[in-house]
Amino acid sequence: MSIMMLPTRDGYGYGLLELGAANPDVLVLDADLAKSTRSDWFAAKYPERFFDIGISEQDMIGTAAGLALGGKIPFATTYGVFVAGRAWDQIRTTVCYSDLNVKIAGAHGGISAGGDGATHQALEDIALMRVLPNMKVLVPCDAIEAKKATVAAGTVLGPCFLRFAREATPVFTAEGDFFEIGIANVLKPGMDATIIAAGPIVYEALLAHEQLAAEGISLRVINMHTIKPLDEAAVVAAAQETGAIVTAEEAQLYGGLGGAVAEVLARKCPTPVEMVGIEDSFLECGTPEELAVKYGLTAKDLVRAVKKVMARK
Amino acid sequence: MESLQRLKEICQDVRADIVRMTSAAGSGHPGGSLSAVEAMTVLYFNVLNHRPQEPGWPQRDRFFLSKGHACPVTYSVMARSGYFPVEELLTLRKCGTRLQGHPSCKTLPGIEVSSGSLGQGLSIANGFALSAKIDKNPYRAYCLMGDGELQEGQVWEAIMTAAHFKLDNVCAIVDYNGLQIDGDVETVMGIAPLAQKWTAFNWHVIEIDGHDLEQMQAAYEEARQTKGKPSVIIMKTIKGKGISFMENVAGWHGKAPNQQELQTALAEIYGKENGK
Repeated sequence: MSIMMLPTRDGYGYGLLELGAANPDVLVLDADLAKSTRSDWFAAKYPERFFDIGISEQDMIGTAAGLALGGKIPFATTYGVFVAGRAWDQIRTTVCYSDLNVKIAGAHGGISAGGDGATHQALEDIALMRVLPNMKVLVPCDAIEAKKATVAAGTVLGPCFLRFAREATPVFTAEGDFFEIGIANVLKPGMDATIIAAGPIVYEALLAHEQLAAEGISLRVINMHTIKPLDEAAVVAAAQETGAIVTAEEAQLYGGLGGAVAEVLARKCPTPVEMVGIEDSFLECGTPEELAVKYGLTAKDLVRAVKKVMARK
Repeated sequence: MESLQRLKEICQDVRADIVRMTSAAGSGHPGGSLSAVEAMTVLYFNVLNHRPQEPGWPQRDRFFLSKGHACPVTYSVMARSGYFPVEELLTLRKCGTRLQGHPSCKTLPGIEVSSGSLGQGLSIANGFALSAKIDKNPYRAYCLMGDGELQEGQVWEAIMTAAHFKLDNVCAIVDYNGLQIDGDVETVMGIAPLAQKWTAFNWHVIEIDGHDLEQMQAAYEEARQTKGKPSVIIMKTIKGKGISFMENVAGWHGKAPNQQELQTALAEIYGKENGK
Protein backbone atom coordinates (compact mmCIF):
# COMPACT_ATOMS: atom_id res chain seq x y z
CA MET A 1 0.00 0.00 0.00
CA SER A 2 1.44 3.34 -1.01
CA ILE A 3 0.48 6.30 1.08
CA MET A 4 1.50 9.93 0.99
CA MET A 5 3.86 10.95 3.79
CA LEU A 6 3.96 14.49 5.19
CA PRO A 7 4.83 15.94 8.58
CA THR A 8 1.97 17.52 10.50
CA ARG A 9 4.04 20.70 10.77
CA ASP A 10 3.47 21.11 7.04
CA GLY A 11 -0.23 21.14 7.77
CA TYR A 12 0.41 23.97 10.21
CA GLY A 13 2.25 25.89 7.51
CA TYR A 14 -0.62 25.42 5.05
CA GLY A 15 -3.18 26.29 7.70
CA LEU A 16 -1.42 29.55 8.50
CA LEU A 17 -1.36 30.48 4.81
CA GLU A 18 -5.10 29.83 4.57
CA LEU A 19 -5.78 31.89 7.69
CA GLY A 20 -3.48 34.64 6.51
CA ALA A 21 -5.43 34.98 3.28
CA ALA A 22 -8.78 34.91 5.04
CA ASN A 23 -8.11 37.22 7.98
CA PRO A 24 -5.70 40.18 8.04
CA ASP A 25 -5.69 40.08 11.86
CA VAL A 26 -3.88 36.73 11.91
CA LEU A 27 -0.23 37.23 12.90
CA VAL A 28 2.55 34.73 13.44
CA LEU A 29 5.36 34.88 15.97
CA ASP A 30 8.30 32.55 16.21
CA ALA A 31 11.28 32.15 18.51
CA ASP A 32 14.09 31.59 16.03
CA LEU A 33 12.72 28.31 14.67
CA ALA A 34 10.63 29.57 11.78
CA LYS A 35 12.14 27.18 9.26
CA SER A 36 11.61 24.15 11.45
CA THR A 37 8.08 25.04 12.47
CA ARG A 38 7.01 26.05 8.93
CA SER A 39 5.99 29.48 10.14
CA ASP A 40 8.50 30.75 7.56
CA TRP A 41 5.95 29.96 4.85
CA PHE A 42 3.66 32.58 6.37
CA ALA A 43 6.62 34.93 6.86
CA ALA A 44 7.48 34.73 3.17
CA LYS A 45 3.93 35.52 2.09
CA TYR A 46 3.00 38.03 4.80
CA PRO A 47 6.28 39.52 6.06
CA GLU A 48 4.50 42.50 7.64
CA ARG A 49 2.48 40.12 9.80
CA PHE A 50 5.34 37.92 10.95
CA PHE A 51 7.51 38.70 13.97
CA ASP A 52 10.57 36.78 15.02
CA ILE A 53 10.90 37.44 18.73
CA GLY A 54 14.26 35.72 18.99
CA ILE A 55 15.16 33.01 21.45
CA SER A 56 12.82 34.22 24.17
CA GLU A 57 9.73 32.06 24.53
CA GLN A 58 8.39 33.79 27.63
CA ASP A 59 8.52 37.19 25.96
CA MET A 60 6.95 35.72 22.85
CA ILE A 61 3.92 34.57 24.82
CA GLY A 62 3.59 37.94 26.56
CA THR A 63 3.92 39.77 23.25
CA ALA A 64 1.28 37.50 21.75
CA ALA A 65 -0.98 38.30 24.70
CA GLY A 66 -0.60 42.03 24.08
CA LEU A 67 -1.30 41.56 20.38
CA ALA A 68 -4.46 39.64 21.27
CA LEU A 69 -5.51 42.51 23.53
CA GLY A 70 -5.07 44.75 20.49
CA GLY A 71 -7.54 42.60 18.54
CA LYS A 72 -5.04 40.44 16.69
CA ILE A 73 -5.02 36.64 16.43
CA PRO A 74 -1.40 35.74 17.16
CA PHE A 75 0.05 32.26 16.59
CA ALA A 76 3.06 31.90 18.91
CA THR A 77 5.22 29.20 17.44
CA THR A 78 8.22 27.17 18.55
CA TYR A 79 9.12 23.67 19.73
CA GLY A 80 6.60 22.16 22.09
CA VAL A 81 9.15 21.51 24.83
CA PHE A 82 10.22 25.12 24.98
CA VAL A 83 6.86 26.82 24.78
CA ALA A 84 4.83 24.50 27.00
CA GLY A 85 7.59 24.13 29.56
CA ARG A 86 9.60 27.29 29.69
CA ALA A 87 6.68 29.67 29.11
CA TRP A 88 4.12 27.75 31.18
CA ASP A 89 3.60 30.46 33.77
CA GLN A 90 3.15 33.08 31.04
CA ILE A 91 0.60 30.81 29.36
CA ARG A 92 -1.14 30.18 32.67
CA THR A 93 -1.27 33.61 34.24
CA THR A 94 -1.34 35.94 31.27
CA VAL A 95 -3.01 33.93 28.52
CA CYS A 96 -5.34 31.47 30.24
CA TYR A 97 -6.30 33.40 33.39
CA SER A 98 -7.07 36.42 31.23
CA ASP A 99 -8.67 34.12 28.61
CA LEU A 100 -6.88 35.80 25.71
CA ASN A 101 -7.19 34.85 22.08
CA VAL A 102 -3.64 33.49 21.80
CA LYS A 103 -2.81 30.42 19.73
CA ILE A 104 0.23 28.39 20.69
CA ALA A 105 1.86 25.97 18.29
CA GLY A 106 4.23 23.37 19.70
CA ALA A 107 6.28 21.77 16.99
CA HIS A 108 8.40 18.61 17.15
CA GLY A 109 5.94 16.95 19.52
CA GLY A 110 6.33 13.41 20.76
CA ILE A 111 9.20 11.25 19.53
CA SER A 112 9.43 12.98 16.17
CA ALA A 113 12.46 15.01 17.24
CA GLY A 114 14.13 11.66 17.92
CA GLY A 115 17.71 12.41 16.96
CA ASP A 116 17.85 15.49 19.14
CA GLY A 117 17.35 13.44 22.28
CA ALA A 118 15.30 13.90 25.41
CA THR A 119 15.76 17.69 25.70
CA HIS A 120 13.86 18.23 22.47
CA GLN A 121 11.20 15.53 22.69
CA ALA A 122 7.98 17.16 23.87
CA LEU A 123 6.31 14.46 25.93
CA GLU A 124 4.87 16.56 28.75
CA ASP A 125 3.29 19.31 26.63
CA ILE A 126 -0.15 17.73 26.62
CA ALA A 127 -0.27 17.31 30.39
CA LEU A 128 1.06 20.82 30.96
CA MET A 129 -1.47 22.44 28.65
CA ARG A 130 -4.42 20.23 29.53
CA VAL A 131 -4.39 21.25 33.17
CA LEU A 132 -4.92 24.93 32.34
CA PRO A 133 -8.46 26.35 32.59
CA ASN A 134 -9.74 27.93 29.33
CA MET A 135 -7.13 26.11 27.24
CA LYS A 136 -8.02 23.93 24.26
CA VAL A 137 -5.54 21.21 23.28
CA LEU A 138 -5.43 19.89 19.73
CA VAL A 139 -3.27 17.00 18.52
CA PRO A 140 -3.88 16.42 14.80
CA CYS A 141 -3.16 12.98 13.36
CA ASP A 142 -1.87 13.91 9.91
CA ALA A 143 -0.96 16.90 7.76
CA ILE A 144 -4.47 17.39 6.40
CA GLU A 145 -6.00 17.34 9.83
CA ALA A 146 -3.21 19.61 11.08
CA LYS A 147 -4.23 22.20 8.52
CA LYS A 148 -7.86 21.94 9.60
CA ALA A 149 -6.93 22.17 13.27
CA THR A 150 -4.86 25.29 12.60
CA VAL A 151 -7.68 26.96 10.73
CA ALA A 152 -10.18 25.92 13.41
CA ALA A 153 -7.93 27.32 16.16
CA GLY A 154 -7.68 30.59 14.30
CA THR A 155 -11.44 30.79 14.05
CA VAL A 156 -12.50 29.80 17.57
CA LEU A 157 -12.11 32.33 20.42
CA GLY A 158 -9.72 31.78 23.31
CA PRO A 159 -6.42 30.06 24.06
CA CYS A 160 -5.50 27.01 21.98
CA PHE A 161 -2.47 24.73 22.05
CA LEU A 162 -1.67 22.83 18.86
CA ARG A 163 0.81 19.99 18.70
CA PHE A 164 2.70 19.14 15.54
CA ALA A 165 5.32 16.57 14.64
CA ARG A 166 8.60 16.88 12.81
CA GLU A 167 8.74 13.62 10.85
CA ALA A 168 6.70 12.76 7.80
CA THR A 169 3.87 10.43 8.75
CA PRO A 170 1.09 8.82 6.71
CA VAL A 171 -1.63 11.13 5.40
CA PHE A 172 -4.79 9.07 5.78
CA THR A 173 -7.56 11.61 6.28
CA ALA A 174 -9.19 13.46 3.42
CA GLU A 175 -9.83 17.15 2.86
CA GLY A 176 -13.57 16.51 2.99
CA ASP A 177 -13.51 14.63 6.32
CA PHE A 178 -15.45 16.21 9.14
CA PHE A 179 -13.38 18.13 11.70
CA GLU A 180 -14.65 20.10 14.63
CA ILE A 181 -12.84 21.00 17.82
CA GLY A 182 -14.13 18.85 20.67
CA ILE A 183 -15.83 16.21 18.52
CA ALA A 184 -14.02 12.89 18.17
CA ASN A 185 -13.86 11.14 14.82
CA VAL A 186 -14.82 7.48 14.93
CA LEU A 187 -12.72 6.01 12.14
CA LYS A 188 -13.74 2.37 12.60
CA PRO A 189 -17.00 1.28 14.22
CA GLY A 190 -15.89 -1.93 16.01
CA MET A 191 -17.67 -3.56 18.96
CA ASP A 192 -15.09 -5.75 20.79
CA ALA A 193 -12.70 -3.05 22.04
CA THR A 194 -11.75 0.55 21.31
CA ILE A 195 -8.49 2.35 20.69
CA ILE A 196 -8.68 6.05 21.49
CA ALA A 197 -5.63 7.71 19.93
CA ALA A 198 -4.30 11.18 19.23
CA GLY A 199 -1.63 12.31 16.78
CA PRO A 200 0.20 10.33 14.09
CA ILE A 201 -0.12 7.17 16.21
CA VAL A 202 -3.76 7.05 15.06
CA TYR A 203 -2.38 5.47 11.90
CA GLU A 204 -0.85 2.68 13.98
CA ALA A 205 -4.30 2.14 15.47
CA LEU A 206 -5.70 1.68 11.97
CA LEU A 207 -2.99 -0.89 11.24
CA ALA A 208 -3.89 -2.64 14.49
CA HIS A 209 -7.49 -2.63 13.34
CA GLU A 210 -6.50 -4.54 10.18
CA GLN A 211 -4.45 -7.10 12.06
CA LEU A 212 -7.17 -7.71 14.62
CA ALA A 213 -9.86 -7.91 11.94
CA ALA A 214 -7.90 -10.77 10.38
CA GLU A 215 -8.19 -12.51 13.74
CA GLY A 216 -11.90 -11.87 13.93
CA ILE A 217 -11.72 -9.04 16.48
CA SER A 218 -13.87 -6.02 15.78
CA LEU A 219 -11.92 -2.94 16.91
CA ARG A 220 -13.32 0.55 17.18
CA VAL A 221 -10.81 3.29 16.38
CA ILE A 222 -11.38 6.81 17.63
CA ASN A 223 -9.26 9.73 16.50
CA MET A 224 -9.32 12.00 19.56
CA HIS A 225 -7.75 15.04 17.90
CA THR A 226 -9.06 17.30 20.66
CA ILE A 227 -7.72 16.28 24.03
CA LYS A 228 -9.37 19.25 25.67
CA PRO A 229 -12.28 19.72 25.69
CA LEU A 230 -12.45 15.93 25.56
CA ASP A 231 -15.39 14.37 23.74
CA GLU A 232 -16.63 12.58 26.85
CA ALA A 233 -19.72 11.24 25.11
CA ALA A 234 -17.57 9.38 22.56
CA VAL A 235 -15.41 7.95 25.36
CA VAL A 236 -18.38 6.79 27.42
CA ALA A 237 -20.17 5.35 24.38
CA ALA A 238 -17.05 3.39 23.44
CA ALA A 239 -16.79 2.07 26.99
CA GLN A 240 -20.44 1.06 27.13
CA GLU A 241 -20.55 -0.46 23.67
CA THR A 242 -17.16 -2.20 23.49
CA GLY A 243 -16.34 -2.70 27.17
CA ALA A 244 -12.56 -2.32 26.78
CA ILE A 245 -10.44 0.76 26.04
CA VAL A 246 -6.87 1.27 24.90
CA THR A 247 -5.44 4.76 24.74
CA ALA A 248 -2.54 5.59 22.43
CA GLU A 249 -0.33 8.69 22.33
CA GLU A 250 3.24 9.89 21.94
CA ALA A 251 3.26 11.51 25.36
CA GLN A 252 3.68 10.85 29.04
CA LEU A 253 0.76 8.74 30.19
CA TYR A 254 0.50 10.77 33.37
CA GLY A 255 -1.65 13.72 32.46
CA GLY A 256 -1.89 12.90 28.79
CA LEU A 257 -4.70 11.40 26.72
CA GLY A 258 -4.54 8.21 28.76
CA GLY A 259 -5.02 10.17 31.95
CA ALA A 260 -7.83 12.22 30.42
CA VAL A 261 -9.74 9.13 29.27
CA ALA A 262 -9.22 7.38 32.60
CA GLU A 263 -10.56 10.42 34.48
CA VAL A 264 -13.76 10.32 32.47
CA LEU A 265 -14.24 6.57 32.74
CA ALA A 266 -13.48 6.41 36.46
CA ARG A 267 -16.27 8.91 37.09
CA LYS A 268 -18.82 7.97 34.44
CA CYS A 269 -18.32 4.40 33.32
CA PRO A 270 -15.60 2.29 35.00
CA THR A 271 -14.12 0.13 32.27
CA PRO A 272 -10.85 -1.79 31.81
CA VAL A 273 -8.26 0.53 30.26
CA GLU A 274 -4.78 -0.13 28.92
CA MET A 275 -2.55 2.80 28.05
CA VAL A 276 0.06 2.97 25.33
CA GLY A 277 2.44 5.90 25.61
CA ILE A 278 5.49 6.93 27.54
CA GLU A 279 5.74 5.35 30.96
CA ASP A 280 7.07 8.10 33.22
CA SER A 281 10.49 8.37 31.64
CA PHE A 282 12.80 10.51 29.53
CA LEU A 283 13.77 8.88 26.27
CA GLU A 284 17.00 8.93 24.28
CA CYS A 285 18.08 9.79 20.77
CA GLY A 286 17.23 7.59 17.81
CA THR A 287 15.08 7.73 14.73
CA PRO A 288 11.36 8.04 15.48
CA GLU A 289 10.89 4.54 14.06
CA GLU A 290 13.55 3.11 16.37
CA LEU A 291 12.09 4.89 19.35
CA ALA A 292 8.56 3.74 18.49
CA VAL A 293 9.75 0.14 18.55
CA LYS A 294 11.88 0.52 21.65
CA TYR A 295 9.24 2.33 23.66
CA GLY A 296 6.27 0.33 22.47
CA LEU A 297 4.35 2.75 20.25
CA THR A 298 3.76 0.54 17.18
CA ALA A 299 0.71 -1.22 15.80
CA LYS A 300 2.09 -4.45 17.26
CA ASP A 301 2.11 -2.92 20.74
CA LEU A 302 -1.44 -1.71 20.24
CA VAL A 303 -2.59 -5.18 19.19
CA ARG A 304 -1.02 -6.59 22.33
CA ALA A 305 -2.70 -3.94 24.47
CA VAL A 306 -6.09 -4.63 22.91
CA LYS A 307 -5.81 -8.34 23.66
CA LYS A 308 -4.71 -7.60 27.18
CA VAL A 309 -7.59 -5.27 27.87
CA MET A 310 -10.11 -7.65 26.28
CA ALA A 311 -8.93 -10.35 28.67
CA ARG A 312 -9.88 -8.06 31.53
CA LYS A 313 -13.48 -7.60 30.35
CA MET B 1 -6.10 68.22 33.29
CA GLU B 2 -6.06 68.47 37.06
CA SER B 3 -4.04 71.23 38.69
CA LEU B 4 -0.99 70.45 40.80
CA GLN B 5 -2.91 71.42 43.91
CA ARG B 6 -5.78 69.13 42.98
CA LEU B 7 -3.36 66.27 42.20
CA LYS B 8 -1.83 66.69 45.65
CA GLU B 9 -5.26 66.34 47.23
CA ILE B 10 -6.02 63.26 45.16
CA CYS B 11 -2.71 61.74 46.20
CA GLN B 12 -3.72 62.19 49.83
CA ASP B 13 -7.00 60.39 49.19
CA VAL B 14 -5.23 57.63 47.29
CA ARG B 15 -2.79 57.09 50.14
CA ALA B 16 -5.69 56.98 52.57
CA ASP B 17 -7.50 54.48 50.32
CA ILE B 18 -4.44 52.22 50.27
CA VAL B 19 -4.13 51.98 54.04
CA ARG B 20 -7.89 51.78 54.55
CA MET B 21 -8.41 49.00 52.03
CA THR B 22 -5.44 46.88 53.09
CA SER B 23 -6.39 47.36 56.72
CA ALA B 24 -9.97 46.29 56.02
CA ALA B 25 -8.69 43.28 54.08
CA GLY B 26 -6.26 42.33 56.82
CA SER B 27 -3.62 41.70 54.15
CA GLY B 28 -2.27 43.20 50.95
CA HIS B 29 0.63 45.29 49.74
CA PRO B 30 0.75 48.87 51.00
CA GLY B 31 4.51 49.57 50.64
CA GLY B 32 4.88 49.32 46.87
CA SER B 33 1.48 50.91 46.38
CA LEU B 34 2.39 54.00 48.40
CA SER B 35 5.63 54.47 46.45
CA ALA B 36 3.70 54.64 43.18
CA VAL B 37 0.92 57.03 44.24
CA GLU B 38 2.20 60.08 42.35
CA ALA B 39 3.03 58.07 39.21
CA MET B 40 -0.42 56.47 39.15
CA THR B 41 -2.35 59.61 40.04
CA VAL B 42 -0.71 61.70 37.33
CA LEU B 43 -1.15 58.84 34.86
CA TYR B 44 -4.84 58.29 35.51
CA PHE B 45 -5.85 61.94 35.87
CA ASN B 46 -3.58 63.78 33.45
CA VAL B 47 -1.95 61.40 31.01
CA LEU B 48 -4.04 58.42 29.94
CA ASN B 49 -6.45 58.94 27.10
CA HIS B 50 -9.28 56.89 28.57
CA ARG B 51 -12.95 56.92 29.50
CA PRO B 52 -13.47 55.57 33.01
CA GLN B 53 -17.23 55.26 32.42
CA GLU B 54 -16.52 53.23 29.27
CA PRO B 55 -13.63 50.93 30.21
CA GLY B 56 -13.80 49.02 26.93
CA TRP B 57 -13.53 52.14 24.75
CA PRO B 58 -11.36 50.78 21.90
CA GLN B 59 -9.34 53.96 21.36
CA ARG B 60 -8.05 54.13 24.92
CA ASP B 61 -4.41 54.07 25.97
CA ARG B 62 -3.62 50.91 27.92
CA PHE B 63 -2.10 50.64 31.35
CA PHE B 64 -0.49 47.36 32.37
CA LEU B 65 0.29 46.75 36.02
CA SER B 66 3.25 44.42 35.81
CA LYS B 67 3.83 44.52 39.57
CA GLY B 68 0.37 43.15 40.20
CA HIS B 69 0.71 43.27 43.98
CA ALA B 70 0.49 47.07 43.73
CA CYS B 71 -3.18 46.76 42.86
CA PRO B 72 -4.33 48.81 45.88
CA VAL B 73 -2.95 51.99 44.30
CA THR B 74 -4.38 50.96 40.92
CA TYR B 75 -7.84 50.25 42.34
CA SER B 76 -7.76 53.57 44.16
CA VAL B 77 -6.90 55.72 41.14
CA MET B 78 -9.43 53.76 39.11
CA ALA B 79 -12.17 54.41 41.64
CA ARG B 80 -11.21 58.06 42.12
CA SER B 81 -11.16 58.66 38.35
CA GLY B 82 -14.60 57.09 37.95
CA TYR B 83 -14.26 53.43 37.01
CA PHE B 84 -16.27 52.24 40.02
CA PRO B 85 -17.55 53.58 43.36
CA VAL B 86 -14.91 54.48 45.93
CA GLU B 87 -16.83 52.49 48.58
CA GLU B 88 -16.10 49.29 46.68
CA LEU B 89 -12.41 49.66 47.57
CA LEU B 90 -13.15 48.21 51.00
CA THR B 91 -14.10 44.89 49.38
CA LEU B 92 -10.45 44.27 48.48
CA ARG B 93 -9.50 40.58 48.89
CA LYS B 94 -12.92 39.62 50.27
CA CYS B 95 -14.60 36.53 48.85
CA GLY B 96 -16.83 37.55 45.92
CA THR B 97 -15.10 40.87 45.30
CA ARG B 98 -14.17 42.27 41.90
CA LEU B 99 -11.00 43.56 43.55
CA GLN B 100 -8.88 40.43 43.66
CA GLY B 101 -5.70 40.35 45.75
CA HIS B 102 -3.84 40.53 42.48
CA PRO B 103 -5.82 42.11 39.66
CA SER B 104 -8.07 40.04 37.41
CA CYS B 105 -9.32 41.39 34.09
CA LYS B 106 -12.14 38.87 34.22
CA THR B 107 -13.68 40.41 37.31
CA LEU B 108 -12.94 44.13 37.01
CA PRO B 109 -13.49 46.12 33.80
CA GLY B 110 -10.62 48.53 33.31
CA ILE B 111 -7.97 46.00 34.28
CA GLU B 112 -6.42 45.19 30.91
CA VAL B 113 -4.82 41.88 31.82
CA SER B 114 -4.56 39.76 34.92
CA SER B 115 -1.20 40.02 36.66
CA GLY B 116 0.57 38.95 39.80
CA SER B 117 3.32 36.70 38.55
CA LEU B 118 6.15 39.18 38.11
CA GLY B 119 8.08 40.04 35.00
CA GLN B 120 5.33 39.71 32.42
CA GLY B 121 3.76 43.14 31.95
CA LEU B 122 6.29 44.74 29.63
CA SER B 123 6.00 41.91 27.09
CA ILE B 124 2.25 42.44 27.07
CA ALA B 125 2.60 46.21 26.73
CA ASN B 126 4.95 45.62 23.80
CA GLY B 127 2.47 43.31 22.11
CA PHE B 128 -0.31 45.83 22.48
CA ALA B 129 1.93 48.65 21.26
CA LEU B 130 2.90 46.54 18.26
CA SER B 131 -0.76 45.97 17.40
CA ALA B 132 -1.32 49.74 17.55
CA LYS B 133 1.64 50.28 15.22
CA ILE B 134 0.37 47.67 12.77
CA ASP B 135 -3.03 49.37 12.65
CA LYS B 136 -1.47 52.86 12.64
CA ASN B 137 -3.38 53.82 15.76
CA PRO B 138 -2.06 56.46 18.15
CA TYR B 139 -2.71 54.42 21.33
CA ARG B 140 0.04 54.27 23.91
CA ALA B 141 0.96 51.47 26.31
CA TYR B 142 2.09 52.22 29.87
CA CYS B 143 3.60 49.62 32.16
CA LEU B 144 4.40 49.98 35.86
CA MET B 145 7.16 47.71 37.07
CA GLY B 146 8.84 47.12 40.39
CA ASP B 147 12.59 47.41 40.80
CA GLY B 148 12.91 43.96 42.35
CA GLU B 149 10.82 42.72 39.46
CA LEU B 150 13.68 43.59 37.12
CA GLN B 151 15.42 40.50 38.46
CA GLU B 152 13.06 38.45 36.28
CA GLY B 153 14.79 37.43 33.05
CA GLN B 154 11.71 37.93 30.91
CA VAL B 155 11.86 41.66 31.66
CA TRP B 156 15.15 41.93 29.78
CA GLU B 157 13.79 39.92 26.88
CA ALA B 158 10.96 42.44 26.69
CA ILE B 159 13.35 45.38 27.00
CA MET B 160 15.17 44.04 23.93
CA THR B 161 11.92 43.48 22.05
CA ALA B 162 10.58 47.01 22.60
CA ALA B 163 13.80 48.56 21.35
CA HIS B 164 14.12 46.10 18.46
CA PHE B 165 10.68 47.00 17.13
CA LYS B 166 11.20 50.71 17.95
CA LEU B 167 8.05 50.83 20.05
CA ASP B 168 8.05 54.53 20.90
CA ASN B 169 4.44 54.12 22.01
CA VAL B 170 5.64 52.13 25.02
CA CYS B 171 6.36 53.90 28.30
CA ALA B 172 7.73 51.79 31.13
CA ILE B 173 7.74 53.18 34.66
CA VAL B 174 10.14 51.63 37.16
CA ASP B 175 9.25 52.15 40.80
CA TYR B 176 12.80 52.34 42.11
CA ASN B 177 12.09 52.18 45.83
CA GLY B 178 15.10 50.00 46.55
CA LEU B 179 13.33 47.37 48.63
CA GLN B 180 11.91 43.93 48.00
CA ILE B 181 10.44 41.29 50.30
CA ASP B 182 13.74 39.88 51.49
CA GLY B 183 15.29 43.30 52.01
CA ASP B 184 17.43 45.80 50.13
CA VAL B 185 17.38 45.19 46.39
CA GLU B 186 21.12 45.69 46.06
CA THR B 187 21.72 43.16 48.84
CA VAL B 188 19.28 40.56 47.57
CA MET B 189 20.28 40.72 43.89
CA GLY B 190 21.74 43.95 42.62
CA ILE B 191 20.16 45.69 39.63
CA ALA B 192 22.36 48.81 39.52
CA PRO B 193 23.35 50.71 37.46
CA LEU B 194 19.80 50.82 36.22
CA ALA B 195 19.81 53.85 33.92
CA GLN B 196 22.96 52.66 32.16
CA LYS B 197 21.44 49.24 31.60
CA TRP B 198 18.26 50.57 29.98
CA THR B 199 20.32 53.01 27.94
CA ALA B 200 22.56 50.19 26.74
CA PHE B 201 19.41 48.33 25.66
CA ASN B 202 18.55 51.32 23.41
CA TRP B 203 15.82 52.91 25.49
CA HIS B 204 15.28 56.59 26.18
CA VAL B 205 15.81 56.91 29.93
CA ILE B 206 14.18 59.57 32.10
CA GLU B 207 15.28 59.70 35.73
CA ILE B 208 13.14 61.61 38.20
CA ASP B 209 11.98 61.94 41.78
CA GLY B 210 8.85 59.81 41.69
CA HIS B 211 7.15 61.81 44.42
CA ASP B 212 7.48 65.14 42.60
CA LEU B 213 4.26 65.71 40.68
CA GLU B 214 5.74 68.26 38.31
CA GLN B 215 8.65 65.99 37.41
CA MET B 216 6.22 63.10 36.98
CA GLN B 217 4.02 65.08 34.61
CA ALA B 218 7.03 66.30 32.63
CA ALA B 219 8.46 62.78 32.39
CA TYR B 220 5.28 61.39 30.82
CA GLU B 221 5.33 64.27 28.35
CA GLU B 222 9.01 63.68 27.50
CA ALA B 223 8.23 60.00 26.91
CA ARG B 224 5.34 60.93 24.63
CA GLN B 225 7.57 63.27 22.62
CA THR B 226 10.37 60.72 22.22
CA LYS B 227 10.25 59.09 18.81
CA GLY B 228 11.98 56.04 17.40
CA LYS B 229 12.63 54.28 20.70
CA PRO B 230 10.70 53.29 23.81
CA SER B 231 10.98 55.36 26.98
CA VAL B 232 11.44 54.32 30.57
CA ILE B 233 10.80 56.56 33.54
CA ILE B 234 13.06 55.41 36.33
CA MET B 235 11.54 57.11 39.32
CA LYS B 236 13.36 57.18 42.63
CA THR B 237 10.76 56.55 45.25
CA ILE B 238 10.32 55.68 48.90
CA LYS B 239 8.58 52.44 49.73
CA GLY B 240 5.70 53.22 52.10
CA LYS B 241 5.93 56.92 51.18
CA GLY B 242 3.79 59.26 53.25
CA ILE B 243 3.44 57.11 56.35
CA SER B 244 6.43 57.51 58.62
CA PHE B 245 6.48 54.07 60.16
CA MET B 246 6.16 52.38 56.76
CA GLU B 247 8.75 54.44 54.91
CA ASN B 248 11.79 52.43 53.81
CA VAL B 249 10.74 49.38 55.82
CA ALA B 250 10.74 46.21 53.72
CA GLY B 251 8.38 44.56 56.18
CA TRP B 252 5.55 46.76 54.91
CA HIS B 253 5.78 45.22 51.44
CA GLY B 254 3.01 42.79 52.16
CA LYS B 255 1.52 43.56 55.53
CA ALA B 256 -1.70 45.35 56.42
CA PRO B 257 -1.92 48.04 59.10
CA ASN B 258 -3.99 47.22 62.18
CA GLN B 259 -6.63 49.63 63.48
CA GLN B 260 -4.23 51.70 65.53
CA GLU B 261 -1.67 51.87 62.75
CA LEU B 262 -4.45 52.85 60.35
CA GLN B 263 -5.49 55.78 62.52
CA THR B 264 -1.90 56.94 62.85
CA ALA B 265 -1.43 56.64 59.10
CA LEU B 266 -4.60 58.58 58.28
CA ALA B 267 -3.61 61.33 60.71
CA GLU B 268 -0.24 61.63 59.02
CA ILE B 269 -1.73 61.63 55.51
CA TYR B 270 -4.24 64.36 56.19
CA GLY B 271 -2.38 66.11 58.98
CA LYS B 272 0.50 67.44 56.98
CA GLU B 273 1.33 68.74 53.54
CA ASN B 274 1.69 65.71 51.33
CA GLY B 275 2.28 64.62 47.80
CA LYS B 276 5.79 65.99 47.69
